[in-house]
Amino acid sequence: MSQTTTATGVSPESPSLPVVPLGELLPWALLGGLLLMLALYFVGAEQGATAMFSGTGIHEFVHDGRHLLGFPCH
Amino acid sequence: MIGQLLWRGMLAGLIAGLLAFAMASTFGEPPLTRAIGFEASQADGHHHGEAHSHGATGEGHHHGDGAGISRATQSSWGLLTGVGVYSTALGGLFALVFALANGRLGRLSPRALSVLLAAGGFLALVAVPWVKYPPNPPGIGTAATIDLRTEVYFLLLAVSLSAMMLSVRLARPLRARLGPWNGVLAAGALYGLIAAFAWGLFPTVATIPAHFPAEVLWQFRLSSLGIQVIIWAVLGLVFGALVERARRRRQLTGRASATA
Repeated sequence: MSQTTTATGVSPESPSLPVVPLGELLPWALLGGLLLMLALYFVGAEQGATAMFSGTGIHEFVHDGRHLLGFPCH
Repeated sequence: MIGQLLWRGMLAGLIAGLLAFAMASTFGEPPLTRAIGFEASQADGHHHGEAHSHGATGEGHHHGDGAGISRATQSSWGLLTGVGVYSTALGGLFALVFALANGRLGRLSPRALSVLLAAGGFLALVAVPWVKYPPNPPGIGTAATIDLRTEVYFLLLAVSLSAMMLSVRLARPLRARLGPWNGVLAAGALYGLIAAFAWGLFPTVATIPAHFPAEVLWQFRLSSLGIQVIIWAVLGLVFGALVERARRRRQLTGRASATA
């Protein structure tokens, strides 16, 4: 059977996804979630109130983005 | 399938980030540059510590010569990296939340669910925190309060996000009890109530120097909000479209529909 595109969301033909079991999601959420949160932390907060590395290089490099993305900077 | 969703989330985030960078570069940098100018003019004649106080990590960094990173780099590659990494990572997290929500929040197409999640995420992580702790350009805020400001900001994010998840979780039983319209209204009212209490209870940190140009502050905050609107709108729309496209092409395989 061929799927057809529907303009208005829910319909029997809309390409809905199978539910992802929680057991399958958990390892991704833990590992992926942690790495992605770490990336957000480096852009948003590293070398501000807390620092994993000394110096101000990271803070300085992403400085403008940090301000414009709404993080408390300095 | 989660891996495939994750890739698409990060791709949608990257696209959103590039558009947000264009916005940030065009409308965000001018007020930011003027704020640095104000900061420098204040620092010249003032004792150290008031307007010219920077970073909690030691010596005050001057914009331009700190750690050898020039303003030109900060406002181009630095800005692109910051906004790009933020947006891409956000896209990945968004895909994980989407994988959790899919099929558990009623019958919604991937596009509709993606847009709804983006709207909820924007409300909880941007709009509500923005009201209490709006973004500030350089020249606002003192080193003495960076710890406090960072703590209350992230605490408010956590409260707001928890309240949003609670409301979404309660929407289904409330719908069953009060009907589809009133049930969703009640869930929304619960979030609004918690947000209002948080606005009232969280401490206000006043850091704006007396003579900071109001026009610059307004433009900075407006452009900052615009950047976030672009990120979340593009993320929600592009991710949903990518998922439905892949689904129609049978590229996303789950348990129920292994057609390969």
